[in-house]
Amino acid sequence: MKDCYLGVDIGSISTKGVIIDDNNNIIAEEYIWTEASPVEAVRKLVKILDEKLPSGYVVKGIGTTGSARKLIGLLLKANVVKNEITAHAIGTVTFYPDVRTILEIGGQDSKIILIKNGIITNYAMNTLCAAGTGAFLSSQAKRLGLDVKDFGEYALKSDNPVKIAARCTVFAESDLVHKAQAGYEKKDIIAGLCKSVVMNYLNNVGKGKKIVGPIIFQGGVSKNKGVIKYFEEILGQKVIVPENSHLMGAIGIAILARKNKTGHTYSLELEDTEFHTKGFECNRCANNCELLKIYRNNKIVDSWGSKCGKY
Amino acid sequence: MNKISYPLIGDYGVPAQYLLSHIFKDQIVVPPPITSKTIELGVKYSPDFVCTPFKYTLGTMIESADKGANILIQLGGGCRYGYYAELQEKILHDLGYDVKVINLITKGKPELKRILGSFKNINVKFRKSKLVYYGFITMKMLQYMDKVDDYIRANIAFEVEKGSFDLLRDEMLEKFKETKGFTNLYKIYKYYFKQIKKVEVHKPDNPLKIGVIGELYTLMEPFANGYLEKDLANNNIEIKRFTTATYLLLKKKKIMKRAFRKNKVIKYHLGADGADNVMNTKWLCNHGYDGIIHIKSAFCTPEIGAMPIISKIAGEKDVPVLFLTFDANTSEIGVKTRLEAFYDMLEMRKNK
Repeated sequence: MKDCYLGVDIGSISTKGVIIDDNNNIIAEEYIWTEASPVEAVRKLVKILDEKLPSGYVVKGIGTTGSARKLIGLLLKANVVKNEITAHAIGTVTFYPDVRTILEIGGQDSKIILIKNGIITNYAMNTLCAAGTGAFLSSQAKRLGLDVKDFGEYALKSDNPVKIAARCTVFAESDLVHKAQAGYEKKDIIAGLCKSVVMNYLNNVGKGKKIVGPIIFQGGVSKNKGVIKYFEEILGQKVIVPENSHLMGAIGIAILARKNKTGHTYSLELEDTEFHTKGFECNRCANNCELLKIYRNNKIVDSWGSKCGKY
Repeated sequence: MNKISYPLIGDYGVPAQYLLSHIFKDQIVVPPPITSKTIELGVKYSPDFVCTPFKYTLGTMIESADKGANILIQLGGGCRYGYYAELQEKILHDLGYDVKVINLITKGKPELKRILGSFKNINVKFRKSKLVYYGFITMKMLQYMDKVDDYIRANIAFEVEKGSFDLLRDEMLEKFKETKGFTNLYKIYKYYFKQIKKVEVHKPDNPLKIGVIGELYTLMEPFANGYLEKDLANNNIEIKRFTTATYLLLKKKKIMKRAFRKNKVIKYHLGADGADNVMNTKWLCNHGYDGIIHIKSAFCTPEIGAMPIISKIAGEKDVPVLFLTFDANTSEIGVKTRLEAFYDMLEMRKNK
């Protein structure tokens, strides 16, 4: 029996899972939509991964990351629950030891991680708004009547991207509508949109950060060739997009699960596990905390949201 | 009869209550502690793009007014804070409260004559000598509180029995409320500081050290920063904070005057505590701190002006800075993720 480790990255838009072995080789991987119900998504994901996993492997560690990491950590009884910034950095550094800058644009947030000698030296995450993230691109794709997957191809066809305000999605959207109604070609508008994502990223997240090569670009948006092109054009450097760029967080957390293994063996059978949450409002004081109780097999395992520590 | 009340910030409600209850006896209304309801009220009746302290203090004012207060005290400051009192009074009038808001500081200076005049209006028996006597005791109390807090901040992360510092501190504050005079105050302080120093701590030789700087209200009111310092302590991090009531009331003027004369880091005032934070960044960088967390309330103009300078200074010394903005409805999870990543990063840097 060989050991293997499961890493799950539950993002706002998509849920990613990988199983790696002791040498960081990916044995099984899966990418599905979260659709706003992380528990269901993870159940589905783990089932698929379990089927994909060749016989002869036992799961020796589970790690969760992403915005629903805590909840899913309880569901899977994970031994490591870590934020996505650390997970992305660990995953990337394992495959590209000399990386200096990681650009990451995901579904609802974007981050930049600066690395020196394999150690994070600085990072930034977008604040307050979701401008220039995957969610913005896919909503604009809908407006233009396209699939977001075809965006990159379209953008590459254009030689003359239209100018679209890069600061804020609201302005970008109204710019886009104007340009479309004014009669600009679709490919030029899409190219302009991709460029505005890059400009927005560099203005907001990358502000004041020295971007040095080698640069790795990951997250869902890294699959968009148009965005890659404009990153390279504006930064004047080559931007590497790893083949597994969308899975990097899951790989990173799987690696952390391997490093922190306890010897416990995990089962990927979740069907018998009953898991539900119950939200209620505590009215004992004027804080009116919104509490969430989490039940695993009808036993309360955790509760969040309490300000006084009573729950 | 006139009833007087005041907004809350951190635990400074204790000295404020002490001072006012001795000057005006039973004419004071102790404001209820800040809860989610306070903020809800504040947000509901504030302009959307005003800074967050406005919302917090307005919430407290409405709650105190509901309890019967009709004279409310507001402090002014070197930024928009200076105009809070007038605007809040207008809002409260529009809501149908017959209240008067006294601004203690105008144009950056406390205008004693005006303040004394308005105090006289509250109670005709008001005597200046009483204000001076209890004022000095209150000042001393603030200084003692801040001294104890400074020690606690540096050590709370490493206490062996969790909660022992907080327990002693709460006890001390309770005793402070019933202080009888200077000697009594000093005795209470001496006793509890001794007890606090006796609390067993297991401090590693080289712990992670973080300096917390930023806008004063968000720094000093734990509710407004999502209990940031508690979170830092839970992650075994030593904390240094400059902004305290003692600093703002007594030391700031002198320190900044010197800083502008002797230092080449900063030439001009940035308003409020902007320049102070630039100076503090330099101090933290030079004293081996592992990281800096800069917090501000949304739309805080002086701090926005200070941020690029701070990141430049820290960048030169290779000290990471985490900028956090808090508003009345910040989702705590977003802040938690950034903080977690920040701790991870600092730990990695330290263990390299």
